[in-house]
Amino acid sequence: MAVEWYLVLSALLFATGAAGVLLRRSPLVVLLCLELMLNAGNLALLAFARSTGTEDGHVFALVVMVVAACEVVVGLGLIVAMFRRRLPLNVDELRGLKG
Amino acid sequence: MEEVVFFAGAIGALGGAIAVVALRNPFYSVLALVVHLVALAGLFLTLHAEFIAAAQVVVYAGAVMVLYVFVAAYVGGVEEPEWEPITGQKYMAPILAVALFVELSIAILGTGLKAIGDEGPTIPLGFGSPESIGTLMLERFLIAFEAASILLLIAAVGAVVLAARKREGGTPAEREAQNASEEVAGFGG
Repeated sequence: MAVEWYLVLSALLFATGAAGVLLRRSPLVVLLCLELMLNAGNLALLAFARSTGTEDGHVFALVVMVVAACEVVVGLGLIVAMFRRRLPLNVDELRGLKG
Repeated sequence: MEEVVFFAGAIGALGGAIAVVALRNPFYSVLALVVHLVALAGLFLTLHAEFIAAAQVVVYAGAVMVLYVFVAAYVGGVEEPEWEPITGQKYMAPILAVALFVELSIAILGTGLKAIGDEGPTIPLGFGSPESIGTLMLERFLIAFEAASILLLIAAVGAVVLAARKREGGTPAEREAQNASEEVAGFGG
C-alpha cells in the first residue's frame, strides 16, 4: 500500500476527532476525541517512518503515546475533582479558572 | 493481501472513531475507542511497527482504557445538555471537520515528496522490533526518553494531587460537603 493512503486515513481520523471536540459537551468524550486526534498523528508518523525506511518515527510515536497517557491521567483527575465538587460536567459552563 | 488488511483496519478505525463521536452514552464511546485502537494496531502492523502495535494494545487499549472505563462508571450517566453556546454549532462543526479533511488531503496529495506515492524502501530485518527501538531510545533519543519518564512522573503526582481527598484541613462545613459529595459518588457509581 502506498504511504499516501495511510496519510489520507490519518487526516480523516484527525478530522473526525476535531469534529468530536467541537460537537460534544462532556469533558470525558472531549478527552476521548483528543485521543483520536493523537492516534491519527501517530499513524502519520509511522507511515512516514515506513516511507523513509528509518525508525525515528517509531520513537516519536512512543513519545506521543507517553504524552497522551499523561494528558489522560491529568484530565481524568480533573474530571474526578470536578465531579467531587459538584461542578457541572459541561465544557461550556466551566469557564473560570480559580484556585 | 496487504490491501485487504489495510481496508479492514481502516474501516475498523474509522467506524470506531465515528462511534466515539456519535454515541450518546460516554461508556459506549469508551468501548468504541477500544475498537478504534485495536484496528489501528492492526494498521501499525502493516507498517512494520510491531513494537508500537504491541504497546498500543497493551498500554492504550488495555491500561488507559481501563482508566477511562473506571471514570465513566464513577461519574455515571451524565446526560449532555442540548444547549448550544453558538447557534447552529451542531451543523457547523461537521462542516468545519470536512473542510479540515479536504485541506489536509490537498496538502498530502499535492506535496512534492517523491516517496509518497510508493510503498517505501525495502526495510532491513528487525525493522520496528523492540530491540532496534530500544537501542535507538537509549542511544540517539536518550534525552527524549528521560524527558518522557520525568513527564510521566509529574503527571502521576499531579493526578494524585488533583483527585486526592482532603482528609485534614478545611472548615467543618467543607468537610461536611466533601462527605456528602462522596456519598453521592457512591450512589452514582
